[in-house]
This record gives sequence, structure tokens and C-alpha cells, in this order.
Amino acid sequence: MSTWLLLTITGLGLGAMYFLIASGLSLIYGLMGVLNFAHGAFITVGGYAAWWTEVHLFDGVHSAWLKFVLAALMGLVVGGVFAALVELVLIRPLYNRHIEQVLVTVGLSIAFVALVQGIWGPDAKPLAVPGWLHATTTISGAHIPNDRWIEIAAAGVVLFLLQLFLRKTRYGLIIRAGVENRAMVTALGIDVRKAFTLVFAIGGVAAAVAGVLGGVYFNVVGPDQGTSLLIFAFIVVVIGGLGSIAGSAVAAMVVGLTQQYVNYYASSGVGDMIVVLLLGVVLLVSPRGLVGAFSS
Amino acid sequence: MSRRVVADYGWPLVVFAALAFVPELNVKIPKLFDQPISSPGTLQILGACVLFGALALTYDIQFGYTGLLSFGHALYIAIGVYLSNIAITDWHWNFWVAILFTMGVAFVLANVLGAVSLRVAGIAFAMVTLAFAQAGAVLALKDPHHWTHGEEGLGADYTKLPHAFVGIFNTKNLYWLALGFLAVVFFVVRWAVESSPGRVWQAIRENEQRVEVLGMRPHLFKLQAFVLSSTLAAAGGIVYMLLYNGSTLGVTAPNFTLTLLLMVVIGGAGSRWGAVLGGILYTYLNNRLVAVGSSSTVEGLPHVLRTPLSQPLFLLGVIFILIVFFLPGGIAGLAARGRPSGLRRLEEAIRPEHALTAPPEEA
Repeated sequence: MSTWLLLTITGLGLGAMYFLIASGLSLIYGLMGVLNFAHGAFITVGGYAAWWTEVHLFDGVHSAWLKFVLAALMGLVVGGVFAALVELVLIRPLYNRHIEQVLVTVGLSIAFVALVQGIWGPDAKPLAVPGWLHATTTISGAHIPNDRWIEIAAAGVVLFLLQLFLRKTRYGLIIRAGVENRAMVTALGIDVRKAFTLVFAIGGVAAAVAGVLGGVYFNVVGPDQGTSLLIFAFIVVVIGGLGSIAGSAVAAMVVGLTQQYVNYYASSGVGDMIVVLLLGVVLLVSPRGLVGAFSS
Repeated sequence: MSRRVVADYGWPLVVFAALAFVPELNVKIPKLFDQPISSPGTLQILGACVLFGALALTYDIQFGYTGLLSFGHALYIAIGVYLSNIAITDWHWNFWVAILFTMGVAFVLANVLGAVSLRVAGIAFAMVTLAFAQAGAVLALKDPHHWTHGEEGLGADYTKLPHAFVGIFNTKNLYWLALGFLAVVFFVVRWAVESSPGRVWQAIRENEQRVEVLGMRPHLFKLQAFVLSSTLAAAGGIVYMLLYNGSTLGVTAPNFTLTLLLMVVIGGAGSRWGAVLGGILYTYLNNRLVAVGSSSTVEGLPHVLRTPLSQPLFLLGVIFILIVFFLPGGIAGLAARGRPSGLRRLEEAIRPEHALTAPPEEA
């Protein structure tokens, strides 16, 4: 029972990370048709910005919590700005040339990891976090690391804010309409390009949250941490149905939990294989993912 | 017609024959290579260059000629690299039997996985192939049967390999092997893309619906291209295993496929010489820029310039982005003079509309 509970919470924590990455990927693909390989770079940017801030700006701050929160905020800001810049400088000039946009993000993902390694070295950097995050809470016999709660809470908050933004604001409306039918939105005289930059910035912030939390989870931020998380986030996005935030949330939980359960109860690695299999099955049954399966 | 045959077969033959004499060149080319051309170190690099030229060309069969964007080509190369080695080293099979077995497995697997993943198109196809390759990478890493030795890698049992391919003095044989493989791939691709199925592949790239309207089944033709490309990739994997004397996890990584994609785009997608040149140039620069990065000229530069210059992948990534922006035909596109080439011809083939969203109803 206690093992099961631990696996469940950890699985949800992992799913939360996947969701943070997948939500941005899904919005960007849904609206712009760009499969954003540079998303891994956004994760790395968030993690490194937080680490850099801790070491260089707030070294004198004594409260571990204050220092961590300030660093994390800095990570989010830098992640969002970086993502918006990527859209403005690299994606926008290739408007409507989808394959070239995808290739540019591929190039960026490769060049960026190399650049980070060049500047800060190939070794991962230790991220200082408040001690509480590495302590455990005991719930009915299960010792659950506290950082899992933060991951789940962060994903919950991002999900809530995203839904609020998409449902209650004018830009949210434009983005939802653009995902449905971009040609029609453009025909109505609305400049969707501002929405492009916006979804990139939002995706960058969410990915940066995942980068910072990845730093908490692994204790370190490394140059290629982003890339390894990205593959499963891709799988989550496709299973959930490209363009759907709710679909991504459900798929992220399914994938995170499956990986944890199967990797523990069967054998390490089998869970990853099952997830890949799941992707194959979902795509063959319903090429539009879970959302397609339910809406048709 | 005959002029075409000379251009397509004659000139390549001359070039490959000339390249075969490279190991006999006992000269030193300063700046380009640290050691004389005929030294084992240089020949190893040159062998890798030609091999990657060939591997990039196998990828181009799907990408440049048929318009299939796969992120899982590494899987088939990895099968060649790993399965042949496992059969020889772990199971103690005879070398030739191991090779036949590996090729057979690659062929069957390419048919099965290809048939499954080609049920979806565009970006979804890219994702499914990526997922299958990821499954292979996990399998090689976790190593449930203690065959691949996970992160340690698996060194080949040299007593089982043909003597001509063992030992540092035989590096020139490995170079010739890689060059021979390149020549075979080059002529197979020439023959395949000019055959009638090959023309259908290119028609699918230009406009799949039109092919369907003409009464042909694009699925079968795409599968043909996929299987040919993947099987040749597995053969290249075996050459890779011999050249590097074993198997390591690098070939299973998703980034390995991305590297091939970079090579093809830099050289020029859908062009034989382009893909080969891209593979050769990329591999050479990746090797050489490390040396340039640590040279005294670069060491003397200010920090801002020195850091990026010491990272070959950073430079190659930037070159790649610049080519996508300003030279979508790649190096080969320079010769195409205004005709759409390279990425421009792929625009129609890999559009998101073809992929996951519903078929165009209102368009």
C-alpha cells in the first residue's frame, strides 16, 4: 500500500513535469503547426537562469526559501523572454513554411545545448533548494519526498491559469479560435502573429517551470536535461491530441503513472516501452489523439 | 540518354575510383589534417566521413526523395551496429552468418514498423518513428539480457572478425570498406529513384493526392522507400561497427537521427551528391573543429568568441540554421540555379494539415 502510494504520488509528479512541457508544445503546434524541438532549450534556460541567479545575484540572501523563490521567478522570466525572442527572430521570418520552422528549432536545440556546454561546461550544476523540499512527508506509511507536492501543485496552477487565460481573455479566445481554424481568424482581420509570440512566451514560461523543478527533482541542472524530458513530452502531446491543453493534462498523468507503476512492478525500462506502445496504439486507433477519440 | 548514364554512373565511378587512392597518399596537408593522409588516424576520420556520407544518403531516400520526415532512422543503424556485434560477440556466431541474420532482421522489422507508422503521415509519422527509436534506445540502455552492456558499450570480439578489418594497420581496409559501401548506396539510390517506383516516390513528395487519384496506393510505395532506406541503414550500421570496433549507445540516441537530418539539409535534400557531401562535410567539420577550437589562434581570442568556437556542434547548428534560412537547397541547391530544390520541394510533403488535423473539408 505504502509503495503504491509512493509510486502514485511520484508518477503524478513526473506527469506534472510532462504536462508543464507538453502544454506549451501542444499550444504551439495547435496554433502554428510548429513541432518545437527548441522546447528542450527553454527547459534548460529556465533551470540555468535559476541556478545562475542563485550563485551570482542572491548569494548573500540567507533565507533559503526567499533565495529559491527569487531564483525560480528569474528562471520563469528568462524562459519566457527567451522563448518570445526565438519566435520573433527565428520562427516569424519563416511564416507558413512549416518544415523549415521545424528544422530551425532542431538546429537551435542542438546549437543551444552545445553553447551551454561551452559556457558552463558539460557538468551539471547543483541547484540549492530549501531543505524541506528534500525531506519526506509520511502518509499512511509512505515516505513521500516533498518536492513531488510542489511539482503537482505547480502543474495544477499552470493548468488553472492557462484555462483561465484561454477561456476568459480576448487573447485566449483568439488562440482557441486559431487552433480550431487559423485561416478563418485571419480572414476576420485579426492579426494572429501576436498570438504566436504569446504562445511561445507562455510555453517558454511553463517549460522554465519544468526546468526549475527538474533542478529540484535531480538536485542539479544539466545542459541536456531538457532534451531527455522532451521526448516523453512529445509522446504526451501526441497521445493527448495536439492543440488540446486538457488532453495533454490527462495524457501526462496517464504516461507518468504508467511509467512509475510498470517500471517498478515489472522491470526498469518496461514502463518506457509500454508508453511507446501506448502512443502507437492511440495513433493507429485515433490519429488525433485522445481528444479526437472523444470528440468524434 | 547516354549522356545521362555517363553523368549518373560514369562520373561517380571516376570520383570513387580516385577516392580509393587516398590511402596511398603519403603527404601531409597542413591545416586540414594533423597527420599525413595515409596515417591510420587520418584514414579513420576519412572512413567516418565517407560512411556518414552514405548514411545521410540512406536517410535522404525517405526524406528528400519521398518526403517522409522520420525521427527514427537511428533505430535501423543501431540494429546494424548492435545486432551484428551481439551475434558475433555475445552469441559467438560466425561473422557472415551474423551479418545475414542482422540484415534479415532489419528488413523484417522495417517492413513491420514501417507498415504501422506509415498509417499516419507528416508530423505524426515523425513522432511514431521517434517513439519506436526511443523504445530501441531504452532497450539498448537497460539491456535486459546482458547483451548490449548498456552505457559501457560492447567491444567487438576481434577474433571473430575478418582479419583484414582488425588492427590499426588495417585502417585503410576499413576506409575502403566504407568507400565501397558509399559507392553501393550511391548506385542503388540512383537506380532506385530513376526506376518507375522511384518516380512514384517523388510524385508522392510533390503531391500525394494526385498519386492516389491516378489509381496507385501511396502507402505501398512509401513502405518500399522506407524499407530500402532502413535496410541500407542497417548495412551501414554493420560498417560502423567494424570501423569503430564495437557498439556504443550514441547511435541509438534520437540526436543521431537529427544529425543525419542536419547533414542532408546542409548538403541539399533530394540530391545524391548533396546528401553525400553534407554527410562528409559535417563529419569532417565535427572532427576538425575540435582541433581548431583548441588551437593557439582560438586560444588567443577573447572569451566571447572563444567559447562558441570551441563547440563544433554550436557552429554546425548555426550553419544549419543559416542554410535553412538562406539556402534551402543546401550546397547542391547552388547548382540548381533558381529551380526549387531541397527544402522548397518538401514544403508540400510535410505539412501539418496532412498530419493530425482532420482532412481538409472546407478548403
